[in-house]
Amino acid sequence: MRRFIHSAFVIARRDFGATVLSKAFIFFLLAPIFPLLMGGLFGGIGARVASQTEQPVVAVVSSEDDYERISAARDRIADTIPMAGVVRLSHYAPEGDLAAQQQRLLASRNPPVRAVLSGGLAEPHVTGAVTKETDVVDQLRLIVADAQTAEEPPPELPVTQTAVSSGSLAKGQSLTAQVGQMLLFFLALLLSGMVMSQLIEEKSNKIIEVIAAAMPIDAMFIGKLFAMLTASILGIAVWLSVGAIVVQLISAGGVRTLPVPAIGWLGFLALGFVYFALNYLLLGAIFLTIGAQASTAREVQTLSLPTTFAQVLIFGFASTAVGQPDSTNALLAAVFPLSSPMVMLARAAQEPAWWPHLLAILWQAAWVILILRWGARLFRKTVLKSGPRIPWWRFGRA
Amino acid sequence: MLRQVSPSVETSGLAVEARDLVKDFAETRAVNGVSLAVPTGSIYGLLGPNGAGKTTTLRMLIGIIDQSSGYRRVLGHEHPLDAAPLIGYLPEERGLYPSMHAREAIAFMGALRGLSLREGRKRADELLEQHNLGQWAKKPIRTLSKGMAQTVQLLGTIIHKPRLIVLDEPFAGLDAINQGKLEDLIRGEARNGVTIIFSTHVIAHAERLCEHIAIIASGKVAFDGSVAEARGRLRPIVRLRTRATDGQWRSAIPAAARREGDEYVFELPEGGPEPLLKALIDGGAGIETLAIERPGLHDAFVAIAGDKAAAEMGAVAR
Repeated sequence: MRRFIHSAFVIARRDFGATVLSKAFIFFLLAPIFPLLMGGLFGGIGARVASQTEQPVVAVVSSEDDYERISAARDRIADTIPMAGVVRLSHYAPEGDLAAQQQRLLASRNPPVRAVLSGGLAEPHVTGAVTKETDVVDQLRLIVADAQTAEEPPPELPVTQTAVSSGSLAKGQSLTAQVGQMLLFFLALLLSGMVMSQLIEEKSNKIIEVIAAAMPIDAMFIGKLFAMLTASILGIAVWLSVGAIVVQLISAGGVRTLPVPAIGWLGFLALGFVYFALNYLLLGAIFLTIGAQASTAREVQTLSLPTTFAQVLIFGFASTAVGQPDSTNALLAAVFPLSSPMVMLARAAQEPAWWPHLLAILWQAAWVILILRWGARLFRKTVLKSGPRIPWWRFGRA
Repeated sequence: MLRQVSPSVETSGLAVEARDLVKDFAETRAVNGVSLAVPTGSIYGLLGPNGAGKTTTLRMLIGIIDQSSGYRRVLGHEHPLDAAPLIGYLPEERGLYPSMHAREAIAFMGALRGLSLREGRKRADELLEQHNLGQWAKKPIRTLSKGMAQTVQLLGTIIHKPRLIVLDEPFAGLDAINQGKLEDLIRGEARNGVTIIFSTHVIAHAERLCEHIAIIASGKVAFDGSVAEARGRLRPIVRLRTRATDGQWRSAIPAAARREGDEYVFELPEGGPEPLLKALIDGGAGIETLAIERPGLHDAFVAIAGDKAAAEMGAVAR
C-alpha cells in the first residue's frame, strides 16, 4: 500500500509540476471569464424568467368569509392580468397569539411563506420579508382593494418588514443551490477535456512502458487524477479569492449579503469542496478511461463532443432537484453517481440535515474506486493488451 | 533496501525463471510456451528475428503484461511489480517527457522505482558527469540529440542501482561509438553482480557480451544455454586444399563434403583431427593447407533457429 501511494504521488507530483509551471496554466486561470460572461448573460435572462414565473406564497390569516372574498379577488386579478407570478394564497384561521402565529408561518418550509396577510378585510396588514415597493405588496394591495369594493382606490396597506421569511430564504437558498450546481458543472466541463488528454503525452512519447513496468496502472490513474484535482483546486482558490474581492467591491455589504445556505456557510463551503472533489473524481475517472483509449490528440477532440453533451444531460438531470429536494427526481438524481454531487450540493443549500451528505459521500467515493479500478483494468486490457480475455460484465471484479 | 533480493533467488541461483509462458493477443499467439532460466549475475541475451516474441516475453517477465498461461518468477517474486524497485527497464521504443530537463528525467525514473527525488537528482548529476553529459543536465530533453536522449534514458534505467536490468534492443539507433559505450556499461554493471537481460537481433553484440543466450523463433525458445553450448551444437569446419586430385586419401573425406573453389569444406569427423590427418597423409593427399574453424554464434543460430530466421537477421548478423 505504501508503495502504491508513493507511486501515485510520483505521478501526481510530475503532472502537477508540468501543469502548473507551464505557460498554458495562465490561460487555465483566465478560463472562468468566458463562462462567467455567458453565465451573466444567460443568468440575467433566466433570472427575469424565474422572477416572472415565481409564485410567492402569502399566508392569509382571516375568517373563512374574508378569505373567500380575497381568494376570489386574487383569481379575478390573475384572469385580468395574465401573469404567471401572481401570489399564491394559503388560508389559516386566526389564533389567540397573532404574533406567534405570524412568526411560525414565516418560518414554515411547507409551503415556504413570503408574507402573512392578517387583519381580514377590515384592517389588512402585511408582515414578512417584503417592502412596500415589492411586487408581492403591490399585488396584495390590488387584491384587497378588489375584495373590499372595486370602486374605491387601492388602500394604504401597512407593512411590517421582517428580516427573513421562509419564502425569501427559500428563494435565496434556491439561488445558492443553482449557483453551486452551475459552478460544479462548469468546473467539471472545464477539466474534463484536460483529463481526457492526460495520457496522450505518455502514450505518444512512449513513456507509458516505463511507468507500466514500475507501478500498477491504478496508481498511475490515481496520480494523474489527483494531480489535476490539485491543479484545479489551486485555480479555484485563485478564482474564489478574486470573486470574493469583486463581490466585496461591487455589492453593498459585500459577501455578507449573499443568501445563507440552509446548512450554513461553513458547512456549505466544506461540502462544496468535498462534492467538487468527488464530482471531479467521478467524471475524471470516466474521462481518463475514455481518453486513455485514444492514441492521438485528434481522437481526444473527437471524443470530447459526446462527453460534453453527456455532461450537459447530467447537469440538466441534477438541476431538476433544485427547489424540490425530496421529489422522486431529486432522489433519483442523488442516487445516480454522476449527478449525485451536484444534487447534494443543492440540497446542502436548501436543507439543514447532515446525514444525507455522509451517506452520499460514502456512496460517491465507492463509485470513484469502482470506476478507477474498472478503468485501470480496461487500460491494461485494451491498451497494454494484458491479461486473459474477460467479459465486460466481469471487469468490476478486478 | 534497493539491493535486497528475495532469499529464494540466492538459493535457486536464478534471477529470472519462466516456464511455458504463453501470450495470446486476440487470435494471434505471440509467445508459445517460452521457458527461460537466467542465472543471477549473468549477461543473458535474447536472440531472434523481428516478430519472434522477444519484446512480448520481456514485457511479461517484468510485469507490464500478464501471461495468458505459464509461470514466471523474477528476483523471487511471482508478481514482477513487487520487485519493481529492484528492476531497471529500457523499452524498445524510447520515451521521455520532451519538456523535462535531463537531470529531472533521470531522477523521475528513479522515483518511479522508489528512489527519493533528492537522492535521484544527486545521482543523476554524478551519472551525467561520468558520461560527459554534465553540461546538458538542465537542458530540456527535446534539445538533446537522439543519442544523448537514449543515454539519458539508459542512465534513468540504472539510477536506482537495480539487481536486474532488462534492455529491449538497447543498441538500436546508436552509432558505433555509443554502442561500444553501452557494451562497456553492461559489462560494468555485470561486474557488480547485476543480472542483465537484453534482446537483440544483432548476433555480434550477443557474441561479445553474453554468457548465456536464448534463441527465440516464432514465439518458442529454440535454445537456452551458454554461448559455448550453442557453438558446441555444431562440429568444427575443416577447410582442406591438396596437391593430389585423387587417391586413397579421398576415403577420409566425408561424403557430405562440398567444394568451394579448390577447397574441400566439411565437418570435422567424430574422431577428431588426428585420425583425419593420419588418413590424409597415409593416403598421399599432399596437404597444401588445412584449417579447422570453430563455428561462430551466427552459424549456431542458423543451425538452431533455421535458415528462415537466420535470413531475417542476415543483414545485421555480423
